[in-house]
Amino acid sequence: MFDFGILTSWFNTLLTGCMPGWAATLVECVVIAVLVLVAYALLAIFYILYERKLCAWFQCRLGPMRVGKWGLLQVFADMFKILLKELISLKGTDKFLFKLAPYLIITSSVVMFACLPWANGLQIIDYNIGIFFVLAVSSVGVLGILLAGWSSNNKYTLIGAMRSGAQMVSYELSLGLAIITIVLFAGTMNINELVWAQNDGWFIFKGHIPAIIAFLIYIIAATAETNRGPFDLPEAEHELTAGYHTEYSGIHFGFFYLAEYLNLFIVSGIASLMFLGGWMPLHVPGWDGFNAVMDWIPSIVWFLGKAFFISFVIIWFKWTFPRVRIDQMLAFEWKYLMPFSLANLVLMAVFVALGWHF
Amino acid sequence: MNLLMEIGNGALAITATITGIGLVFAALLIAKLISPKSFSVKKAEPYECGIPTRGESMIQFKPGYYIFAILFLIFDVETLFLYPWAVIARSLGPQSLLCIGIFLFILILGLAYAWRKGALKWT
Repeated sequence: MFDFGILTSWFNTLLTGCMPGWAATLVECVVIAVLVLVAYALLAIFYILYERKLCAWFQCRLGPMRVGKWGLLQVFADMFKILLKELISLKGTDKFLFKLAPYLIITSSVVMFACLPWANGLQIIDYNIGIFFVLAVSSVGVLGILLAGWSSNNKYTLIGAMRSGAQMVSYELSLGLAIITIVLFAGTMNINELVWAQNDGWFIFKGHIPAIIAFLIYIIAATAETNRGPFDLPEAEHELTAGYHTEYSGIHFGFFYLAEYLNLFIVSGIASLMFLGGWMPLHVPGWDGFNAVMDWIPSIVWFLGKAFFISFVIIWFKWTFPRVRIDQMLAFEWKYLMPFSLANLVLMAVFVALGWHF
Repeated sequence: MNLLMEIGNGALAITATITGIGLVFAALLIAKLISPKSFSVKKAEPYECGIPTRGESMIQFKPGYYIFAILFLIFDVETLFLYPWAVIARSLGPQSLLCIGIFLFILILGLAYAWRKGALKWT
């Protein structure tokens, strides 16, 4: 596996050789910021097209085809259109909170995005409480949605924000418990160590039955966390026009749209990181030749492939299941998913304590 | 191993935060420069259903959501306590099961109480 650490430490020695230490750090921070922005924008563009094409295929349509070859330039056209739209300021809104909400949502998704490991050494924020930090930052996004709905001075946005808040905080518990199950198995919260611990088999294979149950719980909870699929009732368009972002126009709306797609990538990335090995290729202990062939595929391809596959599954949910009601959604979380994830955690604790795992 | 070990995680987290804020700020600035501006009394009204809006929208709201928020608070703090245990559970061995079993039992009792009281029922 190619180690990107070599590249970055070479870059660091190059910079410290020709300028004082603080200036080198500053330049490195700027380079990182630009890289994050470029990756963020490219993924957003890819994801919007990915979702639109997949939706079209699930409905036996072709999707966007006119702008560019196979509609590849459609997203760029949409982007310019959205930038050219007027930013309407409304009567009676709480102006400060109304403008603060997009900042909170985008910032939380950028910080989470920076925590994902793309390849060996290609990770920006690497705390020893890594996965916990990601969950903590994801809660800031909920705050942004609540503020957006509250400050808009519109009944639909208020209902949408309340639904969204209730949904996101509820499913965060199952999400957290599914992640704790894996943390318990791995014995670390550091993202890099979590990936290396899957060197001899991904957690979903190593962790026996509890890991598979945790994976299923994680996928359901992640679908609800991103307000997608059967759980998209915060923006149920026939009841609430557009939910919490009804009153946002132009690029203000664009931020919510952007964050929604990037959050889809982030939850898929975390799923691939926690259960499917992150950037770690498929390794089977003992099959050295097979492992060597798998190592030959770049780790970025592994990571993005897994993340895109899980995103595909989450998009698939959306076009398969009908939308649930708010009482069904909350009852499903509190009466079924949460007790199940607690029981699963205890099961994993028993497995770990007795050593019943691969 | 992170991208640039020499910088430190705090500075990198701040860089990422500033990047996020900068992205929103720059995009808003571009939009403000190139987007049209107009004003009309009707346009500034909330988008609801066509007829004039009645009353305030920042009102006291359905308490059902509030109960779930309180329940969430209890269980979120619980998961907070589970993380440190989860990290060291393997080295504690079978003893860890007993420790967390008591903790989880009390919590599940709490959930059962809320369930019995009808807090989980949407009205």
